[in-house]
Amino acid sequence: MFPTPIHQRPIVNQYIYKIFLPISLIIWLIPIFGILMTSIRGLGDITAGNMWGTPSEFLLFSNLHDVFTNTPMIKYTLNSFKVTIPTMLGAVALSCMTGFALANYKFRTNLIIFFIFIAGNFVPFQILMIPVRDLTFKIGLYNTITGLVLFHVAFQTGFCTLFMRNFIKALPQELIEAARMDGASEFRIFWKIILPLTRPAIAALCVLIFTFIWNDYFWATVLIQGDHAMPITAGLKSLNGQWITAYHLLSTGSIVAAIPPVIMFFLMQKHFIAGLTLGATKG
Amino acid sequence: MELNNSKSKRITWWQRNQVKISPWIFLAPGLIFFSIYVIAPIFVSIGISFYQWDGLSPSMYVGLQNYIELLDDEYFYISLWNNLKWLIFFMLAVPIGLGLAIFLNQIVFGIRLIKSLFFFPFVISQVVIGLIFTWFYQPNYGVIAPFLNLIGLEGFSILANENTATYGIIFAGLYPQIAYCLILYLTGLNNINPEQIEAGRMDGAKGFHLFWNIVLPQLRHATFLAVVVTVIGALRSFDMVAIMTQGGPYGYSNVLAYYMFEQALSEYGYRMGYGSAIATVLFTIMMFYILFFIYRMYRNEREDNN
Repeated sequence: MFPTPIHQRPIVNQYIYKIFLPISLIIWLIPIFGILMTSIRGLGDITAGNMWGTPSEFLLFSNLHDVFTNTPMIKYTLNSFKVTIPTMLGAVALSCMTGFALANYKFRTNLIIFFIFIAGNFVPFQILMIPVRDLTFKIGLYNTITGLVLFHVAFQTGFCTLFMRNFIKALPQELIEAARMDGASEFRIFWKIILPLTRPAIAALCVLIFTFIWNDYFWATVLIQGDHAMPITAGLKSLNGQWITAYHLLSTGSIVAAIPPVIMFFLMQKHFIAGLTLGATKG
Repeated sequence: MELNNSKSKRITWWQRNQVKISPWIFLAPGLIFFSIYVIAPIFVSIGISFYQWDGLSPSMYVGLQNYIELLDDEYFYISLWNNLKWLIFFMLAVPIGLGLAIFLNQIVFGIRLIKSLFFFPFVISQVVIGLIFTWFYQPNYGVIAPFLNLIGLEGFSILANENTATYGIIFAGLYPQIAYCLILYLTGLNNINPEQIEAGRMDGAKGFHLFWNIVLPQLRHATFLAVVVTVIGALRSFDMVAIMTQGGPYGYSNVLAYYMFEQALSEYGYRMGYGSAIATVLFTIMMFYILFFIYRMYRNEREDNN
């Protein structure tokens, strides 16, 4: 193990480490504490410049109430779910199939297609922006959640294919060979053998895509204009313009926007990390 | 007999060919979707960069005019230069992430929770991070205002100063990026072969020597991923700039990604052709890294097959 485990070190070092660990964590999380603290304050504290002192009033619920009733925050949050969940399902479904095809069959263009998926996944969004916006206009889906979902599904299929293909490729080939010998059709192999085995990969992709799409800001601004379809990231940005110095409301709104991916992360941390490291984890 | 024969023939036809046809059936939906929304637009964008077009009226072919204009555009150079700053300083996320990973790679009480809390910033939207840091930087009622006053910079606004704005944004951007690199390196440290470390220790390797010669080479995969995602992140930087400064003051914190958006889709006008030319430049820069990544993957594939 590297570095040397702390319990093999002198007792003094152990104490120093145990003291430094929480201190470093607190320093690291200062920005997060900042919004948490501010979300419970009232306007009085903000204008008085009381940012780090004890809040003079506990107003979290009143702030939440303000944010939810005076702004379209509920609408934004719902929109975010309406964009995120279908994208997650769509991209994972498509990439199970593409991943299976690329991992399992030898054909001449296999690697080329695989690399096209990877390359597409890394391109700057700006090179896609104008044609995608145009296309979305033409099919009448500009400013709709469906339009945004369709693009997200297509784009995320690149990353998901990379992940799925590598995952399926690492599965024992004998299983598939044996099934083929028994006369199972290719679709049966996919459905009955591969899909159940890819469950961990599907879980990893679901959390990752959920976070990516929930946090997307660029495409939300390019493809959506009105409150009716705007997800929470773009909504927060537009509220920022109205709130100017109402930092207590801004903080409360930010927390609302951050909660779903944070919950997702804590519930599925192992899968999340497996996804990020492209499956390079042993648990 | 006759009937039976033809039936078995049909089955053999499908059996003989299903392995050939199936991959295409499985690939079709994903590949078609991806081609329409990702692959084709790249070429369309490059095409548009040779036109003058406001998105509504008919477009006009202007050849290389947009690119010639770019060469003379002061704001283009500022953005390009800022992208370079992003590339250089964003890279700090890699060593800092590695350092933190080594610091946290211990087994003590509560370490799992502590690690998760360190990952935290990565999970949160860049919009939220950008808003938090903008507020931190506020000259009068911001969080760092007391510190600025302490060093005699009363009322100094990091994001409104042309010399500091970009660094202020990069610093905010580093926050989630360090967390990302930390995740990659913690996983890497977890996967290190303990026997090699022990063997190194037997041979008297210690501290930095052990780290540099035995640990770091084993973290190659993590380092590679960390560098790739950080480079891509630096070149893709858009959200932070859009939230924190919108390229200001006077374009001094602009980056190519945001400048393109501003030219093509904002109140400054709808210059689709010019925007596409900027996007094409950004794409070309990115292509180097993409090809490098693919080359590495290709090499790995070949090793796997041999």
